[in-house]
Amino acid sequence: MTEEEIKKTVFQLLQRIAPETDPSRLMPEENIREVLNIDSFDALQFIVSISEKLNVDIPEEDYGKTSNLKSLLAYLEKKVKK
Amino acid sequence: MIKFQMPNLGADMEAGTLVEWRKQTGELLHRGDIIADVETQKGLIEIEVFDEGTLEKLLVKEGEKVPVGTVLAFINDGKADVSESTTPEEEVPKQEIHPIEDRVETPHEKIEEGERIKISPLARKIAEANHVDISLLKGTGPEGSIVKKDVEEAISEGEKPTQEGEKKTEESKEIPAKPSTANANAMRMAVAAAMSKSNREIPHYYLEKRMDMSKAMDWVKETNKERPIQKRLLPVALLIKAVAKALDEVPDLNATWENGLQRKNEINIGFVVSLRSGGIVVPAILQTDSKTVDQIMETINDLIPRARAFKLRSSELSQSTFTITSIGEGGADKVFGLIYPPQVGIVGFGEISEQPFAEDGMLGIRPIVDVTLAADHRATDGLIGSRFLAALNKHLQNPEEL
Repeated sequence: MTEEEIKKTVFQLLQRIAPETDPSRLMPEENIREVLNIDSFDALQFIVSISEKLNVDIPEEDYGKTSNLKSLLAYLEKKVKK
Repeated sequence: MIKFQMPNLGADMEAGTLVEWRKQTGELLHRGDIIADVETQKGLIEIEVFDEGTLEKLLVKEGEKVPVGTVLAFINDGKADVSESTTPEEEVPKQEIHPIEDRVETPHEKIEEGERIKISPLARKIAEANHVDISLLKGTGPEGSIVKKDVEEAISEGEKPTQEGEKKTEESKEIPAKPSTANANAMRMAVAAAMSKSNREIPHYYLEKRMDMSKAMDWVKETNKERPIQKRLLPVALLIKAVAKALDEVPDLNATWENGLQRKNEINIGFVVSLRSGGIVVPAILQTDSKTVDQIMETINDLIPRARAFKLRSSELSQSTFTITSIGEGGADKVFGLIYPPQVGIVGFGEISEQPFAEDGMLGIRPIVDVTLAADHRATDGLIGSRFLAALNKHLQNPEEL
């Protein structure tokens, strides 16, 4: 899976949770949850769906790395390559 | 003979529109069966029956809007009823006395004249909400009519990620099931009505207690470590369970105020779910006290998406005995709730955040949550409320026993 494909999947899943927003407009270091107004429950659903879609395990202690696009994409790329 | 009435699904509900009968005359009904779909300000609600019997007669037509309490149908439970022979005659005119408010006009008359599309009212409603063009659908219902299933299939097909390039994704961005402005407006008015009533009629008193969440958060973390991601817990599941246990100890708060304090046997905690389009829905976690923390989490996982999609059942909207509102991560430190009448209390959890906390002469940094209780002063006094918060705190310090 290429970097571009991971990004696309992330945007798709974010869009499903926050349908009225445009995740592709997120700046790399903006807090995703704050900007898209995602609550704790939906944040968990997002992590569940991303782990299922990319077939990676995201332990709870890594949740912090999913807070902005830059760190989330870097984290996922590393995980997918493994 | 049992009279099946338009249920009251909350303090803010005055009327509902019977959208679709799910059962036909002559069908056998069991407790918990869904008999009809009713449209309210909170969306389309599945109405359950609480009796056993045969559906004898339907009194309200699909598409009719009737006040709460209107008899919708007769259910024959086999019990001899003295007034059985007279009831139907008595009831039918009674219904005409109830002014049937603005009858729901089907805005699709035009299409029907032109193309004669056979579609059930429920299917039409869902199609409308999701912008599905019904003229493109093939019906699988009786006489080829389009039913709910057909529309839902069309929607899920539309959601499948298309490989055909960007254009399609661009288009589908417009489609997500977003309640119309009219719906959002009705929701706003429903919240306005309930909260005005609360503020007008209920003399609230407020208490607050800071609680140390170290043990609870450690327990959640340890539990989650061993679990696949789908089975992980949110701290709120633990908070809900702790509230249920505290209510068990202070039953005066698990009650309603209706001509005096009425304690409730079941503890059904209503959980405030906010909607992205604005407004809130408060589905009940039925028999919260008898559920484990895992079961509560499963229930939340099921309830929140359904609440947001306006797909709740009548029991989930009408049976709450107490309410919890939780701000969650990244939000305000404290929340002071308004009681949902006729309940007598609401507990509010702020964000769990690291704070300086003193204990046994030592100062440390711990995850802290500020918990507030708003309670009805007609029903209880501060001492009871204070006892409740103390009990809640005690349970949160022993998470493994929850």
